[in-house]
Amino acid sequence: MTEYLGPLMFVAAFALIFTGYPVAFSLGGTALLFAFIGVEAGLFEWALLNGLPLRIFGVMENLILLAVPFFIFMGTMLERSKLAEDLLHTIGMLFGPLRGGLALAVVFVGALLAAATGVVGASVVAMGLISLPVMLRYGYSEELATGIICASGTLGQIIPPSVVLIVLADQMGISVGDLFVGSLVPGLALAGMYALYVVGGAIMKPEAAPALPASEREVSGLELARRVVLVLLPPLFLILLVLGSIFAGIATPTEAGALGAVGAMILAAINRRLTWTTLKETMAYTTKLTSMVVFLLIGSTAFALVFRGLYGDVWIEDLLTGLPGGKIGLLIVANLAIFVLGFFIDFFEIAFIVLPLLVPAARILGIDLVWFGVMIGVNLQTSFLTPPFGFALFYLRGVTPPEVPTTSIYRGAIPFIVIQLIGLGLICAFPELVNGPIEWLESKP
Amino acid sequence: MPALRKLADRLDRLADWTGKGVSLAALVMVLLGAFNAVVRYLGRFTEADLASNTLIEAQWYLFSALFLVGASWTLKEDAHVRVDVFYGRLSPRGKAWIDLLGTLLFLLPFCAFAIYVSWGPVSESWRTLEGSPDPGGLPRYPVKTLVPLAFGLVIVQGLSMAARKAALLFGGEPEDPVGGAGSVDGSTTEDAA
Repeated sequence: MTEYLGPLMFVAAFALIFTGYPVAFSLGGTALLFAFIGVEAGLFEWALLNGLPLRIFGVMENLILLAVPFFIFMGTMLERSKLAEDLLHTIGMLFGPLRGGLALAVVFVGALLAAATGVVGASVVAMGLISLPVMLRYGYSEELATGIICASGTLGQIIPPSVVLIVLADQMGISVGDLFVGSLVPGLALAGMYALYVVGGAIMKPEAAPALPASEREVSGLELARRVVLVLLPPLFLILLVLGSIFAGIATPTEAGALGAVGAMILAAINRRLTWTTLKETMAYTTKLTSMVVFLLIGSTAFALVFRGLYGDVWIEDLLTGLPGGKIGLLIVANLAIFVLGFFIDFFEIAFIVLPLLVPAARILGIDLVWFGVMIGVNLQTSFLTPPFGFALFYLRGVTPPEVPTTSIYRGAIPFIVIQLIGLGLICAFPELVNGPIEWLESKP
Repeated sequence: MPALRKLADRLDRLADWTGKGVSLAALVMVLLGAFNAVVRYLGRFTEADLASNTLIEAQWYLFSALFLVGASWTLKEDAHVRVDVFYGRLSPRGKAWIDLLGTLLFLLPFCAFAIYVSWGPVSESWRTLEGSPDPGGLPRYPVKTLVPLAFGLVIVQGLSMAARKAALLFGGEPEDPVGGAGSVDGSTTEDAA
């Protein structure tokens, strides 16, 4: 009878988090309930739970997770000081007079900005508010306009230095730097494919992605050039500096994050946007998001502790390593499971709850974990785009005028889902896309 | 039940006060982190080593304070992530039921238990006046004390949430749509937008 307790706990935890009560405490409550059952069944003693405070102390000292508030601070500062908005406006003006130009601006800013925040909703909503009205006003097709915003908004999750990549690396026990380097080429390749799709669409169906009249530019050519230098280059430079210092091994991701956050404040100050309100909002958001992430981790830790006490980890490991097809079987099951779960639960929950169950089996079967991590990232991003549950679609719906039917948003996402699947296929077929740059960096003296 | 609601308002103030206060730690830790990074980098070229274990440890002390003390405020602002596929579609009464039962059955017992299990190591740390294993490091007992303190604050905020939901469910008066904890619809991670 007791051998069913592990699976039962797993099912119960998912049922309970689906009630909609905050996940961290649902997991903690489930852990407590099953700890009681486990002790009654004689599987372990209450002393097992003494591991909980020790784990919490471990999280407090964890130098990798320390990078999380730093990058959140940096991204929020860029957003709240309206530097991100300026960026989108300027690039829109720059590319707007080209056919499909506005959509290209969205891809570019999505890759750049989300790289700073790594939180899905924020960039989808920001771009939806700024770019969508302009695109619709000038006759972009609803499908293209909404699709490109959803896809570009989620892209940031897998382009470094996103916060989810940091959490992913910590949970998988791999180096954050390696995961950043490994995800760079696939992330940029996806951005490139989005851009190709936009350009291709603009050539084949010009009416779906018209050029803006030059009058929309608001400013003269010289003024535009000035804005490009003042608005575009500084954040670009900041992000390149942060990533470059990590890749070159000069700074740890944590140090680079702190420097990036200070850099974002300096940029805001230069633009006279570093007000007390901006600072207060940035601090508040950083506190809440960090606390949310870490408490989720604490809840998951309590869950994992009891789950292991019930030999649930053995059950999952046997299940996953005993799949027909071995390695391939595990990859298929893992991808399917994560894709489906991605409809309902966010990246952080997957990283904390599901990943610890998959990683030991992947390690036993000899799967390269950095590659596995990047694949999971791309897979999840696809999941966030897939109707009817995708998070990105849901956030965009919230800021889209009611005249645009939800079906347009759904239809708009489809080409990008296809692009994502091509990307996922390429990563599976050519692991060098992930590993090549890491080896290249390591081979350098 | 205006009494329950008044109680909830009063308890909310504690979360507001501690949360907004501790959010200053975010700024300090960013500045300190950048300073430590620069000092470590410069230390490679100069003989003088300005890096100190005090400042390096202060970084994660601030990080700990941020997420631990900030947790009750995060709860009050409804920013602890929820899976809202079903929850998002419920009526305010349905949501109130989930929040009331969840708080009573999960949150309060789990937090109480977390205080109970962390009590031993924390009081041991105080008894031995536990220091840092590294020279020049900071004492450990104050930062470890933050753990039971944090769960205590979350309990207080949980009581406020339960009181507010109970007032809504059994008080017979409509909840005012603004202000109260848990009144925010939709997802909670994205209140930045």
